[in-house]
Amino acid sequence: MTPADKPGALQFEDVSVVAGGRTLVERVSLTVAPGEVVALAGPNGAGKSTLLRTCYRALRPTSGRVRLDGEDVWRTPGRRLARRLAAVPQESTGDFELSAYDVVAMGRTPHKRPFAGDDSDDRDIIMQSLDRLDIAGLAHAPFDRLSGGEKQRVLIARALAQRTGTMVLDEPTNHLDLRHQLDALHLVRGLGVTALIALHDLNLAAAFCDRICVLDGGRTVAVGPPAQVLTAELLAEVYRVDAEVTEHPRTGIPQITVLPGRDGPERSMPTN
Amino acid sequence: MTDIAEPRTSGGVAITAPRRPRLPYPLVLPVLAALVAVAATAGIAAGSVGVPAGEVWGILAHRLHPALADPTWTPVRETIVIDVRLPRVLLCGVVGAGLSVCGMALQALVRNPLADPMLLGVSSGATVGAVVVVVFGLTLFGPFSLPLAAFCGALAALVAVYLLAHSGGRMTTVRLVLAGVATAEVLSAVASYLVVTSDDPHAAESALRWMLGGLGGTTWDLLPIPAAAVLAGTAVLLGVSRPLNLLLAGEEAAAALGLTVHRFRAAMFVLVALMIGTMVAVSGSIGFVGLIMPHIVRLLVGADHRRALPAAALLGAAFLIVADLAARTLISPEEIPVGIITALVGGPFFLWLMRRRAAS
Repeated sequence: MTPADKPGALQFEDVSVVAGGRTLVERVSLTVAPGEVVALAGPNGAGKSTLLRTCYRALRPTSGRVRLDGEDVWRTPGRRLARRLAAVPQESTGDFELSAYDVVAMGRTPHKRPFAGDDSDDRDIIMQSLDRLDIAGLAHAPFDRLSGGEKQRVLIARALAQRTGTMVLDEPTNHLDLRHQLDALHLVRGLGVTALIALHDLNLAAAFCDRICVLDGGRTVAVGPPAQVLTAELLAEVYRVDAEVTEHPRTGIPQITVLPGRDGPERSMPTN
Repeated sequence: MTDIAEPRTSGGVAITAPRRPRLPYPLVLPVLAALVAVAATAGIAAGSVGVPAGEVWGILAHRLHPALADPTWTPVRETIVIDVRLPRVLLCGVVGAGLSVCGMALQALVRNPLADPMLLGVSSGATVGAVVVVVFGLTLFGPFSLPLAAFCGALAALVAVYLLAHSGGRMTTVRLVLAGVATAEVLSAVASYLVVTSDDPHAAESALRWMLGGLGGTTWDLLPIPAAAVLAGTAVLLGVSRPLNLLLAGEEAAAALGLTVHRFRAAMFVLVALMIGTMVAVSGSIGFVGLIMPHIVRLLVGADHRRALPAAALLGAAFLIVADLAARTLISPEEIPVGIITALVGGPFFLWLMRRRAAS
């Protein structure tokens, strides 16, 4: 199953978001090339989710532009954008009797006219998407009663069913077990889509992404290939942890080992 | 310590969760339609003068085309069926269907399964509008004055409740229900005040109709406006059932899937207020129909609005016809306002729903 749409160039130009008097994102500029997979990293509250929300029309930037292939996403009709860019937001819950199948079927909505039913193509795409995430057996299970990891896979399947060339994913692996973390990221890579992925796990980011963009306090502090960005100095500065970065002997991928000291390299961490 | 990565899967609920046994959808609609037909027949047949069901259909068929049935009944019975009971049953069907559909739409729009036109204060807003027209004798827009005023009241109440519940970011169930109940109370008090202080005893009497909810004395000329509004409104809601589905997944997801949430919600609020306004103008505020029916329907056919809305309309129609039948026959010849019947059924249901949600 390949996306129907071609990979797009996702471009943030000087994007700032101010909400409730707080600057959540400050003048971030970043370009994700067609087909490129970029990880968005940074500590809690760094502005990763906020930045992602500006490109799937959930949060309008206070200033700056977000463009997909040069087109301002906030001036593109929602439906048209949703045919080109899919989002996997953080887990959402509902109080309604939706099945996993129903949730994934929503991914077809941007492609359908108001009164059109789902045809056999749609049903195939929906079932294939569920199957790709290893949850075809849960198609008719109530979404609300799935585990966190299963819900997350349903949301990824929904984005898959949108068949877009560009995807933004907000912590798509944080509830997944090791096997499914790898599967999910292999899947996104294998699609050949442009992808911007907020990831907490820097080792996963190093293994699966072409570049890593590190945010801290709403600003970009580093952008580049994993081997360049992930250094002990940066981890000390941004995350305030003492870490060793080595090249893995078998994969050649930068490997981060966080040393379990309570006190960070510069100032003490709160104990809890 | 094998479940560190994902402790929430340990229950394995999802793996064993079977599909809820459901009637196949192509069967649901005919069954519900048959239910409406049975309820309507009973509604027309029963009353102070009983008319056998066969005769009811005979009279209706005869009216449709004289060749369809030989008139073996007395003219009095024909008058009772055609001029007294039929319009009332039809109006019950229209209002029941409309309330049920509006309840379902509201639940999606505010993303809360406890939403209901009455609980959100929408019906009370419409009542205030209607009472103002009656008490002050406003006739600016002829026969449309009453539904128009009710619509304005409904829309104002809906917007007020939404803003009250939504201020400061997220909208919680507690805030929504509190805002709805408080608004409903205030508006009911306003309506009561207007009625009590009115000089015109006739106006006061007819104003009471809206406050208790009742369909007594329905004549044919009450029917066209609400029927048109409910039919057209339901058709529009069916047309936007995909966007309504998206809202069930949350605002973020709906936006990501191409919906301009705020604009859509504003348009739907106007539509729902319009439907409720025209209904309240003829029937008063009847509670809980819009709460219960959507829940039963979702259990029957799932939450997808393309399937659920038609089923909700039919079930709501059947329910209100039966409730009205009970209202006028239980302590015959006295009549109970139908809002009391629906509240007696709906109140316990609401409490059960709250407890169930609290438990999960």
